[in-house]
Amino acid sequence: MAQELKQAVLFTLVTMALFGGGYHAALWAIGQAAFPAQAEGSLIRRADGTVVGSRPIAQKFTRPEYFEARPSAVDYNAASTGGSNWGPSNLDHLAAVRERLDALRRREGVAAAQVPSEMVTASGAGLDPHIPPAAAALQAPRIAASRGVSLTRVQEIVALHTEPPMLGFLGRERVNVLELNLALDEKLGPPAEAVNQERP
Amino acid sequence: MGAEYVAVGFTVLFTIATSFVVGRYMFKVFGGGRTLLDPLLVPIERLVLRLSRVDPERQQDWRQYSLSLLISNVVMWVATFAIVSLQKLLPLNPDGIGNMEPTLAFNTISSFTTNTNLQHYSGETGLSYFSQIFVITFLQFVTAATGVAACVAIIRGLAGNRLASLGNFYVDLTRASVRVFLPLALVVGVVLIWQGTPVTFEGAVHVTTLEGAAQVIARGVVAPEVSIKQLGTNGGGYFGPNSAHPYENPTPLSNFVETWSIAIIPMAMVWTLGYMVRRRRLALVIFLTMLAVYLPLVIFGVAQECRGNPAIAALGVEQSTGSMEGKEVRHGAGLSALWAVTTTVTSNGSVNAMHDSMTPLGGLAPMIGMWLNNIFGGVGVGFINMLIFIIVAVFVAGMMVGRTPEFLGKKVEAREMKLASLALLWHPLAILVGTAIAAWVWATMADPGTHLAWLKNSGPHGFSEMLYEFTSAAANNGSGFEGLGDNTPFWNIATGLVMLLSRYIPIVAPLALAGALAAKPAAPETVGSLRADSATFGFTLWAVIVILGLLMFMPVAVLGPIAEHLALQ
Repeated sequence: MAQELKQAVLFTLVTMALFGGGYHAALWAIGQAAFPAQAEGSLIRRADGTVVGSRPIAQKFTRPEYFEARPSAVDYNAASTGGSNWGPSNLDHLAAVRERLDALRRREGVAAAQVPSEMVTASGAGLDPHIPPAAAALQAPRIAASRGVSLTRVQEIVALHTEPPMLGFLGRERVNVLELNLALDEKLGPPAEAVNQERP
Repeated sequence: MGAEYVAVGFTVLFTIATSFVVGRYMFKVFGGGRTLLDPLLVPIERLVLRLSRVDPERQQDWRQYSLSLLISNVVMWVATFAIVSLQKLLPLNPDGIGNMEPTLAFNTISSFTTNTNLQHYSGETGLSYFSQIFVITFLQFVTAATGVAACVAIIRGLAGNRLASLGNFYVDLTRASVRVFLPLALVVGVVLIWQGTPVTFEGAVHVTTLEGAAQVIARGVVAPEVSIKQLGTNGGGYFGPNSAHPYENPTPLSNFVETWSIAIIPMAMVWTLGYMVRRRRLALVIFLTMLAVYLPLVIFGVAQECRGNPAIAALGVEQSTGSMEGKEVRHGAGLSALWAVTTTVTSNGSVNAMHDSMTPLGGLAPMIGMWLNNIFGGVGVGFINMLIFIIVAVFVAGMMVGRTPEFLGKKVEAREMKLASLALLWHPLAILVGTAIAAWVWATMADPGTHLAWLKNSGPHGFSEMLYEFTSAAANNGSGFEGLGDNTPFWNIATGLVMLLSRYIPIVAPLALAGALAAKPAAPETVGSLRADSATFGFTLWAVIVILGLLMFMPVAVLGPIAEHLALQ
């Protein structure tokens, strides 16, 4: 029995060093050498080096000049993430969906049937960086109007940032909202009150 | 909609196709054959065995094997419990995470030593980097390997002829972790980093968003943990939302690789069995029987999620892409449902969408997966459960034709049936009694919403939340209906105990059974023998799995998901 115990303690220490230490060191080193940008979290930096966001992490957009991301149950808190965990029949859930739908219809001036369900439901982690193309098309007229450019110009930029499914069928067609909004600022200039902010 | 099924079908077919290769590789590893990876991995295996002073020649009978398994797990439990309880004082804690509270630590460590990976904490706020590395990821390797070792030992028992020993536990454990999981985890880890899963020690990053607001983004050594959590049927994620988090699963390619990783070793294990008992036709029959449960469940789940939520459709919203609450655009409803079913039949428990927000019947599919708990069960206790079901099916078939039941030429007698029944009956007992106690506590408490505050959803869905939690704990799974406020002493202790018992009873009882079978002489098969590698037996097995495995859960399914489904229509 004492022998068994000693054996177990030794084995635990050795494998802890291997799978805790060695394995992590190997992947960390590969990350640093081959994919340094991804390894640090795919951060997007401005010219002065300040970080404006992370490519796969949604952030909150409220200004009329920007595309909105999907609703977030944690208000885009990337330090404490999560979904709503509301069941499909939950009355609070359905009330929240109705509220979002009304707000969206008022803001974009469209019928309910034009609103994709993605824009009234909260994502899994509250950080979904993508919206479907239909959700971008829905918002494009507002962006064009508030930035004083033609709708086709905005649609062109959206089309440039629409990613196809992998191999044509894995995953879905999608638009990264943060990258799209950065492209808008880059191509059309930042929105009025934000001119003093440096561009990335 | 059609594209969803193409994506699902492609993922499943690709995994099946590659499972042959991995299955043959594992056979060689455990059977002492040579492989291409030997020059790289055998030195590491030898080093681990030498440093931990294992005598590789020592053979163990089922009692010694079980004892080594249990004692090693106890030591790992104590060591990792100490680490999370003292993590505030330990290094690698850039975000200043505090020590873990005792009942939560009991639950967390029991969860990870049993390969369940039920999480009542949230990674980004509950664990330091040190704990993620030396507790979570370490246990994800060794507990997965423990499951494989037990499974291999049991197969040896089935294949043996007057065999006294089942092998050496530490040798099997080392081989499984160093030569099966390590190389796969490294490759998958590199793909994930390439796709955007971070691996950094630098702590959370503070961001000024495009609109000038502050956002803090938790990061960490994510990729190493995500790859092994998928491969080892562990399932415990780095962040709270698991693989729904964009860092854990950033792209369709990462989602594809992670889905593949869930099922690859469980599927391969069936072929390994076929090689080890030298009956590849038997492996084929078992594999097809499993597919005949798995595929209908996948199609059912995908159809439910793609159909969407009727209550949202009633608002007039465009819902052609399915039910998207709790799901991510890059994965879509179909691949999220595929993941939900795959992760629960295999005892993995990682998620790429929030199961609590699935449609009622879409959420029933993962529960069915866990109630069965034996389809491509793989490295948890799942495949062992399948072997138990096979013994029972042999017994049932033998009774029906009036012959002494035999499996692989060995008589299945009263002792074996008692052990099989013990392993088999514990599962529904833990789930149904556990849920009954929780529902009773909730129902007898005055104003439970204020005093207990367990349930985020009321009515049948609230019942489903409690049912799912005990199901997940008993099935070595770890996924959850996360609307359940589960970080309370009641849930921490109750599910902690269920996880411990539901891991070790279904391992030790079958080891005893294998020990008993191993010692018996294998009689040559005659025309009168029941052939386990026939379509007839496959069908019998399928029927036993579905009837025995599901019937006892019918009442709770009706009280929870089915009642909610009918109310929603």
